[in-house]
Amino acid sequence: MAEAHPVGFQWVMEAKARGAKVIHVDPRFTRTSALADTFVPLRAGSDVAFLGGIINYVLQNDLDFREYVVAYTNAATIVSDQFVDVDDLDGLFSGFDPETRTYDSSSWQYEGTEGHEGDASSGESHGGATPSDIQRDETLQHPRCVYQVLKRHYARYTPEMVQRVCGVPPEKFLEVCQAWAANSGRERTTMLVYSVGWTQHTTGVQYIRAGAILQLLLGNVGRPGGGIMPLRGHASIQGSTDIPTLFNLLPGYLPMPHHEQHETLQQWVDDMRLPGQKGFWSNAGAYGVSLLKAYWGDAATAENDYCFDHLPRLTGDHGTYQQVLDMIDGKIKGYFLLGQNPAVGSAHGKAQRLGMANLDWLVVRDLFMIESATFWQDGPEVATGEIVPEECRTEVFFLPAASYVEKEGTFTQTQRLLQWREKAVDAEGDCRSELWFVYHLGEMVRQRLAGSTEQRDRAVLDLVWDYPTHGVHAEPSAEAVLQEINGFQVADRSPLSSFTELKDDGSTVGGCWIYTGVYADGVNQAARRKPRAEQDEVAAEWGWAWPANRRLLYNRASADPQGRPWSDRKKYLWWDEDKGEWSGPDVPDFEKNKAPGYRAPDGASGVEAINGDDPFIMQSDGKGWLYAPVGLIDGPMPTHYEAAESPFRNSLYGQQGNPTRKVYEHPSNLTNPSPPEPHSDVFPFIFTTSRLTEHHTSGAMSRYVEYLAELMPAMFVEVSPELAAERRLEHLGWAHIVTARSAIEARVLVTDRMVPLRVENRVVHQVWLPYHWGQGGLTAGDSANDLLSINLDPNALIQESKVGTCDVRPGRRPTGPALLDFVEDYRRRAGVADGQHIPIVTAGSSGRVDNEHEGTEN
Amino acid sequence: MGVRTWVEGWPVYRQLTGNDPLGRGTAAMSPWSENLEPRTDKADRVARSVCPYCAVGCGQKVYVTDGKITQIEGDPDSPISRGRLCPKGSASKNLVTSALRQKQVLYRKPYGTEWESLDLETAMEMIADRVVAARADTWEDRDDHGRPLHRTRGIASLGGATLDNEENYLIKKLFTALGALQIENQARI
Amino acid sequence: MVSRNSLSGPLDPAPDAGYVDPPPRKGFFTDTSVCIGCKACEVACKEWNGVPSDGLNLLGMSFDNTGMLGADSWRHVAFIEQARPIGAQSAPFADLPTGPSGSAAAAAVVEAGVVATGHAPGLGTRGKQEPVADAAADSAESATAFLGMPTATLPGAGGDVAARTDLRWLMASDVCKHCTHAACLDVCPTGSLFRTEFGTVVVQQDICNGCGYCVSACPYGVIDKRETDGRAWKCTLCYDRLKGDMEPACAKACPTESIQFGDLDELRERADRRLEQLHGSGVQEARLYGHDENDGVGGDGAFFLLLDEPEVYGLPPDPIVSTKDLPDMWRRAGLAAAVMAVGVVSAFVGGRR
Repeated sequence: MAEAHPVGFQWVMEAKARGAKVIHVDPRFTRTSALADTFVPLRAGSDVAFLGGIINYVLQNDLDFREYVVAYTNAATIVSDQFVDVDDLDGLFSGFDPETRTYDSSSWQYEGTEGHEGDASSGESHGGATPSDIQRDETLQHPRCVYQVLKRHYARYTPEMVQRVCGVPPEKFLEVCQAWAANSGRERTTMLVYSVGWTQHTTGVQYIRAGAILQLLLGNVGRPGGGIMPLRGHASIQGSTDIPTLFNLLPGYLPMPHHEQHETLQQWVDDMRLPGQKGFWSNAGAYGVSLLKAYWGDAATAENDYCFDHLPRLTGDHGTYQQVLDMIDGKIKGYFLLGQNPAVGSAHGKAQRLGMANLDWLVVRDLFMIESATFWQDGPEVATGEIVPEECRTEVFFLPAASYVEKEGTFTQTQRLLQWREKAVDAEGDCRSELWFVYHLGEMVRQRLAGSTEQRDRAVLDLVWDYPTHGVHAEPSAEAVLQEINGFQVADRSPLSSFTELKDDGSTVGGCWIYTGVYADGVNQAARRKPRAEQDEVAAEWGWAWPANRRLLYNRASADPQGRPWSDRKKYLWWDEDKGEWSGPDVPDFEKNKAPGYRAPDGASGVEAINGDDPFIMQSDGKGWLYAPVGLIDGPMPTHYEAAESPFRNSLYGQQGNPTRKVYEHPSNLTNPSPPEPHSDVFPFIFTTSRLTEHHTSGAMSRYVEYLAELMPAMFVEVSPELAAERRLEHLGWAHIVTARSAIEARVLVTDRMVPLRVENRVVHQVWLPYHWGQGGLTAGDSANDLLSINLDPNALIQESKVGTCDVRPGRRPTGPALLDFVEDYRRRAGVADGQHIPIVTAGSSGRVDNEHEGTEN
Repeated sequence: MGVRTWVEGWPVYRQLTGNDPLGRGTAAMSPWSENLEPRTDKADRVARSVCPYCAVGCGQKVYVTDGKITQIEGDPDSPISRGRLCPKGSASKNLVTSALRQKQVLYRKPYGTEWESLDLETAMEMIADRVVAARADTWEDRDDHGRPLHRTRGIASLGGATLDNEENYLIKKLFTALGALQIENQARI
Repeated sequence: MVSRNSLSGPLDPAPDAGYVDPPPRKGFFTDTSVCIGCKACEVACKEWNGVPSDGLNLLGMSFDNTGMLGADSWRHVAFIEQARPIGAQSAPFADLPTGPSGSAAAAAVVEAGVVATGHAPGLGTRGKQEPVADAAADSAESATAFLGMPTATLPGAGGDVAARTDLRWLMASDVCKHCTHAACLDVCPTGSLFRTEFGTVVVQQDICNGCGYCVSACPYGVIDKRETDGRAWKCTLCYDRLKGDMEPACAKACPTESIQFGDLDELRERADRRLEQLHGSGVQEARLYGHDENDGVGGDGAFFLLLDEPEVYGLPPDPIVSTKDLPDMWRRAGLAAAVMAVGVVSAFVGGRR
């Protein structure tokens, strides 16, 4: 956190000064570790085993916050007797189909509801569905209650197993367990902070789930000083998810319709709200129809299902990595890069560049001449001969972009807070905002299609595209766009104040339902800047947080079931009997006047069905989910699987890796072999990548900035003294790092901060690389992301870029075509040169390899 | 400048007649020092902004004089950052005023070996032509069962996460209407 | 007036430099125990003061690629990796299969149990690689015996003294000390270097002729000539910002308040309290540097809380203002002149005899 979010870290330092204990768990010793009370190095890719160990410790020692757990989580809920856990299936859950490598999650359901068809894929967009009548055993004794299921599931995650899998000594591990448990409960809370070190794995979503389970067990969710804090890495990456430029989502986490499941508007809406369902997703129809009204205005009517058929349909995975492989295969004609540099910033840089070299046209909009614009001219493949400029057909348009001070608009930061930026100066030359670019491109396309009678062009011509413009360049009004995002009454265009005002009858417009309220009372709430000195620590009048300006999600849980604060020390929200409302410094994430004692009438659904002590109002049972009966593709509980590339066999189960992980078997996307495949010893070391304080992502905003470039002026690799000795690496000399994709070179920093670990009773080395470099900018260097293969988490389709295997050799790498021969030789030795079929389903296989005999060739 | 002023401005005179006999302070002060003031005092306006790097969302003040940015620093009023910035945030002026920033459209022809210049209007028209053509060439109207697809997979987009919400909203809106669903963002990565 | 302590000892320098009723003396208290090494201070300083880039040099001194203070680096964050514990922090690498330290200096710490790492002031050339790097590589090479190979015993069971268990990573932002007795100022022949009303020491760029006397006079090796224009440059404690009632750019940016700006008297009290607090919480190695008015420079306007000996951070342990002995020298010179004059006179007188 000190490395990548230094200004956020001031609050950690402040907490520390007040006596908080700071624990840092990371494969390498960073600037965060330097200031932490306890640093725990662990093997990259083993976090579920580590967290599972803590969950086990909490459950075995009865350290959970029992009153919270019984009242606010699904611990008491009975799970179907058809559910079979991984212990009995060697690492697979019940319902697995080895042919498609997918789960039928119907056996994961709660007792009595097994008939309900499980939709394992909906987790990213909207809440999972469960029936309102569920069986519970609040004594937590029923052998199939979630609490007992969880306890059995994690029983084998002992401190000894944690040591064996993660390389963390038991004393250290117990120190973390004890500190976490001791600082949770009525009087204290513990906060869990993570970043892409968790998400960028083939089990990334389950990492977060494991953290959530732990925090729920210890009563640390919805309470001040608690929670799970994702530290996101870009100014508005939260906004880019809320108002997604993502293929499978529409604004506000509504799913992009699927051609089979969502043929009609009704099917689409019902899939989100599930008739009879409890919670705020029951209003999904209002959110969906209001979005369609925002898109197609008067053309969207009840008769034509509000132009639902104008929406494109999904048939599967259309994510950025699928796209890149499709580019290589010549299936994509045009590509827009809007402030993004995949040649350096995305996994498998070579695939990215080869894809871009096989387009009809490419539009790059950026501040600087980034690698993604110049791949045809000076990319690494030009040196190897894989891209020959005279033979590369891609037509490239470089359009300079306006910077953040040359336009106005909102960023959504990591805590869901929208902040409006005022424009400082006009952009120079041809520099323009994306708002300008998209708006005018839309105008030009609409002009070209005007008068068309093609049905496909209706969606373009019916589009509401009438934003006011200003200035010499006809810049569209960002404020007008924000007003549409907020939503308004169709009748009089009066702005809406809350998403509860949205309707499914076409009378309201709402471009992103969770952002409704940002323009409440016709005021740009995101532009509010009441100085911190003039308000309390919640600072509710600085910017605007979705939803409804609530700063702490699920804050109903900060009070006990009767509505009293759990303790004076942790007082945040409470029920004020006299006023008949929830009081406190924050906006309640709950119906303001719903009393703690409220019980839903029989047969109630939707918001009405949420009891007065159900804090988790977006969940279909109002409870925090220790066990997820629906919503996840890879299982209801986090389970340790090895990374797609690992030097070790899974110690816990025969199933080696996540059986449902997204794998692209493509000739350009080879994966280093892992046990039980042979030859994993060709790549004996583990590498992980991350950021430096001094640089940003692909370097597009830092390698071109002289004051930053000079602070970290060269690509480097950090190695332990032990590995340096073993591989004859010299401090400040060169090393090259090799995978089945490529070899890159870097300067060597030998440092005590890197340490070998003992895993599975043998020593393993980890190396660390920053991923900020490419051939452009003031400081150039090989790109760490060139080392990566494309293997994705099945839920979020995020790549596994925080762990892989590699070889490390002293000196510089070969150059030119010799580099290809060099890598090819590694592929040959690893047995993947002639294509590859990865044995993904390894549960129950007899191919378990004795660990003593592998990985020691070098 | 009169002789008297000139003499009185002479450091040695000041050293001998003032109370700084060693000539270290008042006697040595130069006109540059005397007239010094923070350049932010001369700002025509101050824009309230937000740092463009990570997602902490630190408040920034952008000082502008004669249409030029003269300083970007932390906004002390922000309850998030309390006026502080990291090295990247502190380098924001360097970022936006960098001489390396591209200010003109550049164009690379198919099979070309050099960049060429192109005016913005022409570039926009060419891009619009290509979007319309790619969409028409790759349109998928129905699946095998006659269910609507209404899409093109001939166009893809990948956006950075320094885009504004309003920009993302328009990108999603336009490309969705075009049927171009392969719209992605750093948020996937 | 020339006061008794004008050249050494405790002094409030602004009144001594002729300011009548000046504002309280300003300074920095840099608490390195909370420094996260982000280098925001380096960048914020450059942005405000328009300091040019210092070049692209990978130094191999941990995360420090600035090297030292100079004309183009008015703030410098040092990074020191030491194989020893810090305060109450638990040993990060206990029970792991580590070998000896990667740097010769840090290895020496482990073996001797004494402090011997960091880089000494003046070691190496500006912008060049420091020899510590080579030593580290040598040490790594010579340590092959321990390393990386599977062993039969469990980690930590061997009791190997060479194994690393502890690590602390010290970070500290260095800056001009704005000495109470500033040698740079005293040797400046043009009056370019002067004492401001805030008690700080500033180079007046409209006067500096680039003679360079100040460079060799500075006991800390701070002030430096810029190659491109020949003039001397260093931290001004953001003189222009102080005049506008703003705090210096580095202190304002510092995310963790490692760099604190304020009235020097108040900062000194704050530092005493912080030191007491750290000692109370078991960080016995904490100490203040440059805060004693009776030291060789009369105390620094910019002083520090360190977690090790000053040399570890590249700071001189006992800096002495090079003009400290001026009064003595003048007195002796005067005496000698008087004696000589007496001699001459007596010679004449004697001659008359």
